Amino acid sequence: MFDLHGYFPLILDGMKLTVAVALLSLAIAMVLGMLGALAKLSKSKTARLVAGIYTTIIRGVPDLVLMTLIFFGGQMAVNNLGDTFGWDYIDVDPFTAGFLSIGFIFGAYMTETFRGAIMAVPRGEIEAGQAYGMTPVQCFLRITLPQMVRHALPGFGNNWLVLAKTTALVSVIGLHDMVYNAQLAGGSTRQPFTFLLVVAFLFLIITAVSDVVLRWANRRYSVGVRRA
Amino acid sequence: MDDFAVVIDNLPLYLEGLWVTIQLVVMALALGLCLAVPMAVLAASRNPLIAGLPKAYIYFFRGTPLLVQAFLIYAGAGQFEAVRESFLWLVLKEAYWCALIAFALNTAAYTAEILRGAIEQTHFGEIEAARACGMSRGLMLRRIILPSAFRRALPAYGNEVIFMLHGSVIAGVITVVDLFGAAKIVNSRHFVPFQSFIVAGLFYLGMTFLIVWLFKQAEHRWHAHLRPRET
Repeated sequence: MFDLHGYFPLILDGMKLTVAVALLSLAIAMVLGMLGALAKLSKSKTARLVAGIYTTIIRGVPDLVLMTLIFFGGQMAVNNLGDTFGWDYIDVDPFTAGFLSIGFIFGAYMTETFRGAIMAVPRGEIEAGQAYGMTPVQCFLRITLPQMVRHALPGFGNNWLVLAKTTALVSVIGLHDMVYNAQLAGGSTRQPFTFLLVVAFLFLIITAVSDVVLRWANRRYSVGVRRA
Repeated sequence: MDDFAVVIDNLPLYLEGLWVTIQLVVMALALGLCLAVPMAVLAASRNPLIAGLPKAYIYFFRGTPLLVQAFLIYAGAGQFEAVRESFLWLVLKEAYWCALIAFALNTAAYTAEILRGAIEQTHFGEIEAARACGMSRGLMLRRIILPSAFRRALPAYGNEVIFMLHGSVIAGVITVVDLFGAAKIVNSRHFVPFQSFIVAGLFYLGMTFLIVWLFKQAEHRWHAHLRPRET
């Protein structure tokens, strides 16, 4: 049953793309998450409102719906803009649309994780920083950021694992990730089950490797914490 | 904005899709819960021979995307001659039933993991008391461990219900006309991606709020003992 008819390299190519999409989305999600968390904790009412709407809507709507909305809708929006400004037809490629939308979606989940982590940093330490005359940026970079990592890691790890699995959805908008390639190979060899099972195990490998890295990071960032 | 008129015209299609989504989610959750309870009890066992199999099941279904699981059942089952010639094929050739099976198996794994955690958190004093009263293992499970585990699992299970609702769009991918499938049809017929998917998104958002509200009511009822006392 596990004769892959030479299609394994194709699946591995897809896996490379899956990992690339996942990592790029993660980068965007972290940036958006950080901005969202800071907005939610800021004194500005508008910033809190915008961040609140962002997290509520994103977490209330299925990721695939958002992704198709961004992919098809984004394509149309770009072309409408193009009509106005007289550009040529611009093709939104599914790779960009894929990682942008996944990053945008998981930015909302990261917002909640980072918000909790920032709040877990003792207020007194920030006040001490202020008393030393540090600017808010210095306070953030020197005190809040290094310490929030530890509190953010468990939630961050969960979000990453969900994100990695969500990348499977890019096959629906036509990106040649490993799920797409497995369907291709499965179709031409009439062994869809075999190839999809291989993909399932490759996802398990991604999960297992992430687990090891996350555990290491958790140990690394909890060095200063005493455990009973 | 007048493009929304197209969506209004197709409202019956959306409502049909909504009904299919609700059917799939409710049935999957019910089936999943039935599978999850015994699985969680076994997975919480200290004997690795008993806990091994349910734990492997949970690891597989939580570690792989629902999309792949749905494809495995919908596209994959047909690979086997034996399946195609058995009565199972009557069920497995229909995308609807494949989606339901995939969803139920998937949510069973997540629910079992939630329940396993809740079971393992049972206070040892309660178990000692039950043993002192001479309860058998089964009676203890029924009267002491499961009721309090269900209660502890409630908030996390609320999230799982929302994830199941959001995951159910996969049905639309494997050709079932659920809410997402309806939006896809409207989009391909009239090419109104914004309007068609935004309306579907609003329906999902509404259902999410409804689920959140329902679980808030449930927690009010079953976490009454944790509420701050009214003065």
